[in-house]
Amino acid sequence: MAIRLSLTVAARAVAFGLPVACLIAVLLARGRFYGRGLLDVIVHLPLVLPPVVVGWLLLLLFGLRGPIGAMLHDWFGIRLVFTAAGAALACATMSFPLMVRAIRLSVDAIDPGLIDAARTLGAGTWDRLFTIVLPLALPGIVVGAVVAFAASLGEFGAVITFAANIPGQTQTLPLAIYSALQTPDGDAVAARLSLVSVALAVTGLLVSEYLGRRLRARLGR
Amino acid sequence: MITIALRHRFADTAIDIAFSAPSPGLTVVFGPSGSGKSTVIAAVSGLLRTERGHVSLDGEVLQDSGHRVWVEPEQRRIGQVFQDARLFPHMNVEANLRYGLRRAAPGPIGFDDVVDLLGIAHLLRRAPHTLSGGEKQRVGIGRALLSQPRLLLLDEPLASLDDARRADILPFLLKLKSTLSLPMLYVTHSLPELSLLADHVVLLEGGTLRASGPIAEIAADASLPLAARDDAGTVLELTVQGHDAARQLTRLTGADIALWVPLLASAVGTRVRVRVPAREIILAGAVPRAISVHNALEGIVRRVVDDPQRRAAMVEAMFGDTVLLARITPDAVGRLALVPGAAVVALVKSTSVDVLTPQ
Repeated sequence: MAIRLSLTVAARAVAFGLPVACLIAVLLARGRFYGRGLLDVIVHLPLVLPPVVVGWLLLLLFGLRGPIGAMLHDWFGIRLVFTAAGAALACATMSFPLMVRAIRLSVDAIDPGLIDAARTLGAGTWDRLFTIVLPLALPGIVVGAVVAFAASLGEFGAVITFAANIPGQTQTLPLAIYSALQTPDGDAVAARLSLVSVALAVTGLLVSEYLGRRLRARLGR
Repeated sequence: MITIALRHRFADTAIDIAFSAPSPGLTVVFGPSGSGKSTVIAAVSGLLRTERGHVSLDGEVLQDSGHRVWVEPEQRRIGQVFQDARLFPHMNVEANLRYGLRRAAPGPIGFDDVVDLLGIAHLLRRAPHTLSGGEKQRVGIGRALLSQPRLLLLDEPLASLDDARRADILPFLLKLKSTLSLPMLYVTHSLPELSLLADHVVLLEGGTLRASGPIAEIAADASLPLAARDDAGTVLELTVQGHDAARQLTRLTGADIALWVPLLASAVGTRVRVRVPAREIILAGAVPRAISVHNALEGIVRRVVDDPQRRAAMVEAMFGDTVLLARITPDAVGRLALVPGAAVVALVKSTSVDVLTPQ
């Protein structure tokens, strides 16, 4: 049960995080605007902050009395705290910098001459983003998504702080392992779940490596 | 008419260039590297916004820093062919060709015509990284043409190719020039490309304009850097007037002069472009008898420019409105008393005339 929940939570985290990560990565790689350095710092905060702090900040923002959480609840009836969607939000936030970094590396590697060529052929900003920049950054996008997915499967601190540890609802794999270790004779369960966790992580890394290589080969690099 | 005036400071050089070029017509922007050629192209395409500048094309202003006019590159409808082709690696050849076509308003340049003209029908399904350098460049030219441009910029399109590939593509460029009435700005530092393609020449030197004018005028000006080269020579547009199969000769005529050259395959009436190297011309005081040279042209001296470094002099000789350059020694200038206005006979060996367009 925890395994399936973990997979759906991680999938949702990637699904929601990826489009935003793509935009932010392109902005950071190619944008020239005031406050770019600050945006860079904010994006990377989850990487250096203790996960518990990130979870707590999410509570402040998205809790029922938080500015965004209250809005979502009053207007759309959406509650994030202590739900699976909340767990996904916590995972998305924590894995966001990983995605942005992978995509940004890929965007940085694009020959700016190709983007200039698209301009002379009549492609405007958004047109170039969707027909040149993102397709050429695809290797990075795929790698970022897989790495973020794997990291989301393992996210602990932010999830337990923001979404709590409710079996069947927010108890993802690491939380289940933690709970198993808290119960007497839970060692066997914890060991089994840990094995699954290792297997998932290794698969994820292999898949990302394979996909990245194939996509690069298709671009002739 | 294309009008360009630019001022820009880079870290190490300053650019200050102004000229106008005919439209239609092929204008070659010629000069050594660092002379500002690429800056001109980038400013016209809009990829570089110069500090001060005015660019207009057939009356439409694309940039005017004084009046804060700026048209984005994607709205200029100016096609560009890059030195390194810059094909999109994630699309096949056909998708590359159609990229600009799909974004342009319907225009006169058709997909099939371009594919035919450039001989790339067999490449349409291929990925760019599987193409040779010459094939890439042809696709790059096609992609730019299909965006239905009002002006085509070619930034050293042959510089990254070896001589054999270059010879492959030049005929396509000539065909392009003769079939489309599209103005072109062509950047190069190759004299053969200049001689073959240019209608109009813009000479740049150290970030400033040295000269601008029709090819025949610029090539025949003894005071310009082109005339200081070892391979200096004049370029003439002539017409095939007739063949003499028995003597294995073809007669070419222009407005003012006629030349015999070794027999050509071209039909009578064909326009051909020839280049007469300055050091291959012999000057004489009178038409000599019993001599192997077929061409003895009677004219007058326009100007003599000394070339002390080479211990030589460049003589501009006029035949009607046609000017030929002859490189001879100062001693010969003295013996023949060649001063402006003096009568002179130019002897041109038929085998010394380079016929540039044998079609």
